[in-house]
Amino acid sequence: MLKKLFPNKILSIKNKTINNLIVLLAIVIAIGLFYSLIISPPDYIQGDSVRIMYVHVPSSFIAIGCFAFIGIASVLNLVFKNKLMPLLAKSLSGIGFIFSIISIVTGSLWGKPTWGIWWVWDARLTSMTILLLFYIAYILTWKFIKKYEDANKISSVIAIVGLFNLPIIKYSVDWWETLHQPSSITLTSAPTIHYTMLIPLIIMFLGMLIYSVIIFLMKYKTEIIKFKLSNKKKIK
Amino acid sequence: MLVKKVKSRILFLFLLFISFSIIIFVILKSLEENVVYFLSPTEIFNKTDISLNKKIRIGGLVKINSINKKNTSINFIITDLKNEIIVTYEGLVPNLFAEGKGVIAEGNLKDKKYFLAKKILAKHDENYMPPEVKKALENTNN
Repeated sequence: MLKKLFPNKILSIKNKTINNLIVLLAIVIAIGLFYSLIISPPDYIQGDSVRIMYVHVPSSFIAIGCFAFIGIASVLNLVFKNKLMPLLAKSLSGIGFIFSIISIVTGSLWGKPTWGIWWVWDARLTSMTILLLFYIAYILTWKFIKKYEDANKISSVIAIVGLFNLPIIKYSVDWWETLHQPSSITLTSAPTIHYTMLIPLIIMFLGMLIYSVIIFLMKYKTEIIKFKLSNKKKIK
Repeated sequence: MLVKKVKSRILFLFLLFISFSIIIFVILKSLEENVVYFLSPTEIFNKTDISLNKKIRIGGLVKINSINKKNTSINFIITDLKNEIIVTYEGLVPNLFAEGKGVIAEGNLKDKKYFLAKKILAKHDENYMPPEVKKALENTNN
């Protein structure tokens, strides 16, 4: 499994594979949007603003998931000094950053008609903002620290510290009273979302996942080429 | 098996992990009062040190048949099914504000049973369903 992520394998990925994935993405997103905007019913109390959820929930999932991968890759990077891990983490950071912004903005748009307010500082919203700040810190370290080894170490430490924030985001709605509602989809009990709304949510999640994979493959390929080029320069 | 260097790095990260977990736990524990977004009527009832000047938030359900509108002001009761607080508010309430639904009021306590709200927020729960399903559920319950 991991072998697939080695440079030679990634570099041999042809543009055709990525183009195929883009076609798949277009199909899945088209079905997902049609389902979530037209077929699925409005909510009994929120009305049509429930449709924001079909973007909000998947982007939050991906934002948190990406950071989990970045954190784990950073641990492996510091422990085993694996050359690929920083490149892997770096390519994921942009995706997670964008999706955490989408999550916060769509959540805010939903909050105004539902709660009656754009933003509150409750535990869930605050911890999600902290995740966004960790993404910004992580990306800025790579951007502004010129020496590769230094940037690598500092960004890894930032990612590992940020890892502690993830369970806080996940369980904030259970540990403390928050304005944000608890999770509707849990591993332990049946979802509290009616299936006519759960189906478009899952399709939209798949669509956004495919999008993330495409961006990741393209970015990872670029990072590997950049890394190889900079190493060549050093040898000369 | 593992190189000694790698072993020491794992040990270092492990100790870092433990100490960091403890630090974060202690910080969150000490900040608990601020992390909690609102208090329930029962928590207000059990609280001994209540300052009437401090802005606080209380939350719970709007008691059924308790909403009383007079011109621009509105009276209702927040309940957690054990204790109740009477809330007075002047202004517009959110669209989702309704009897039997979650609500959060921000303002000052006049005493343990009476609250003067400056802001009203509707709290949504984790249930999502189409209107027809809601109706069907109500019919089976009645």
